[in-house]
Amino acid sequence: MNAPLGSAALGRVSTNPSLPEQLPGHHLDFPHDQPLRLDCGVDLAPFRLAYQTYGTLNAERSNAILVLHALTGDQYVAEPHPITGKPGWWDLMIGPGKPLDLERYFLICVNVLGGCMGTTGPRDVDPATGKPYGLSFPVITIADMVRAQVRVIDHLGIDQLFCVIGGSMGGMQVLQWVAAYPERVFAAVPIATAARHSAQNIAFHEVGRQAIMADPDWCNGDYLNAGKHPHRGLAVARMAAHITYLSEMSLHRKFGRNLQNRLSLSFGFDADFQVESYLRHQGSTFVERFDANSYLYITRAMDYFDLAAEHGGVLADAFRGTATRFCVVSFTSDWLFPTSESRALVHALNAVAANVSFVEIPTDRGHDAFLLEEPELWAVLGGFLNGCAEHRGLRRR
Amino acid sequence: MTAADLAASRRDAGARDDARDGARRDSIRIDLQLIADMVAPGSRVLDVGCGDGMLLDYLVHFKGVDGRGIELSQDGVNACVTQGLSVIQGDADTDLRDYPSDAFDYVVLSQTLQATVNPRGVLHELVRIGRHAIVSFPNFGYWRVRAQLLLSGRMPRTHALLHDWYDTPNIHLCTITDFVDLAAHMQIAIERALTLDRTGTHVRERKGVLANLFGEQAVFLLSGRVPRR
Repeated sequence: MNAPLGSAALGRVSTNPSLPEQLPGHHLDFPHDQPLRLDCGVDLAPFRLAYQTYGTLNAERSNAILVLHALTGDQYVAEPHPITGKPGWWDLMIGPGKPLDLERYFLICVNVLGGCMGTTGPRDVDPATGKPYGLSFPVITIADMVRAQVRVIDHLGIDQLFCVIGGSMGGMQVLQWVAAYPERVFAAVPIATAARHSAQNIAFHEVGRQAIMADPDWCNGDYLNAGKHPHRGLAVARMAAHITYLSEMSLHRKFGRNLQNRLSLSFGFDADFQVESYLRHQGSTFVERFDANSYLYITRAMDYFDLAAEHGGVLADAFRGTATRFCVVSFTSDWLFPTSESRALVHALNAVAANVSFVEIPTDRGHDAFLLEEPELWAVLGGFLNGCAEHRGLRRR
Repeated sequence: MTAADLAASRRDAGARDDARDGARRDSIRIDLQLIADMVAPGSRVLDVGCGDGMLLDYLVHFKGVDGRGIELSQDGVNACVTQGLSVIQGDADTDLRDYPSDAFDYVVLSQTLQATVNPRGVLHELVRIGRHAIVSFPNFGYWRVRAQLLLSGRMPRTHALLHDWYDTPNIHLCTITDFVDLAAHMQIAIERALTLDRTGTHVRERKGVLANLFGEQAVFLLSGRVPRR
């Protein structure tokens, strides 16, 4: 199942000059007569889904793990990124002896709808106008992202995923998967996430969006037609967001009040402090690989996510009758998606007597901990997946 | 013996067993074995205060139960989940009310009742969410406990009660007679009552005056007659 499965012959629709002509991985194209019905009421067609796979699907098609990426992630989970050349974003989690062992599991990761790494998003050409969508792209939701992923899973001929796993926005998609397609998920691992986006999190996203929209090069969302890129606004959005992914403790440990390449304060507004230099670097590297309008759309999808609201205000009703085995994970120093959010989720799962494990990993690295070297996280996930594999009858190859 | 002591002793016993038998334990501490023997194979079990999962692991692998656990200490929880057990971090006093009625065939509360803030409320929840509850606790009516208090005039310390009065987590100790009285008052049926001494060599089926005098620990199998919520 590792051969390209998409219809590569249809050619690329992306207009982004920074995207390599041929992205590694697979894609699926859906023509006008196979639209995706979105929550906003729009039928999106045609559209493309870009995805990547690792490992081998077994004959029973029972060893597939769908990895769901976070806000600014993409499908390059376990290989160097085609633009930045950096290792896959979950490289640390994958390999022999790691929780996601490719000798045992077949990994799939789909670039989310509205994204900018091959899946249709606001920077792709609207066939109705022949110009990039920009703000005429329909607003998408977490549920829309999951509906799109279902198309890929169907295409691969997989009835039931062994596991869906993801952190942050990826965790929201995990919950949406289980709520919408309970019989298609054997095990679910929502990490550092929540069943709804909190007011504080919406507020941070709004700061990021306003930073982008305040950049004159944003051109009311039409920057691609104007031949411009709102890099400054997007960089500021990334800088603000990046602070929320860390913790005060980790920032202090990394940087303290250390000065950057100087012995004394400049009495100006250069990046005197290492932490300023670090954030500027985070901002400037981010804009090379991410589309500003995609950032608007995907943050909006997270803001709109409220699983309880879709089930009469009772979160437990989203999971009633579920046979899925859950492992809910939070981190002690994560203040963006704090443990209290995971605990609320666990309470809802208990209310329907779901099979749930819940661990809080002690770490001072904040929300980003799920992407970093956290041996206790790996041990817990490895143990959970092993237990599930035993129940599912999966053997090591 | 408190939950903390118990967790430590379970860990030690687990380490010894691991060294002797390989990864999986096929024998467990005697009081846990008595509990395990009360559980029907293939049933649904919630172990409240499951420590590092010794009983739960045994039940899952040797009795084929659908087992879940709640444990207060995060270290205990993480150890359980790493073994592939379904365990959440939670508190018997506050987190049992989430579960629906009759969600489990058995709810186990091993050596934890005396450390809860509201033992009566916990008991109520146990028989609500389980068709049966299995409760074990140290007996404060045990003759050595009585003798120590009588003769030394100080709070007793025994093999089952390891702490000094000022640092004990056991805030609601009771005797077997006290427990039987409360069960009657709450209209909870006692299906079986066992007592054992500290070595577990003398296990008896009884709950009367002699049980209260000679039983160092008690294990009760209960079922609720309380109206279902």
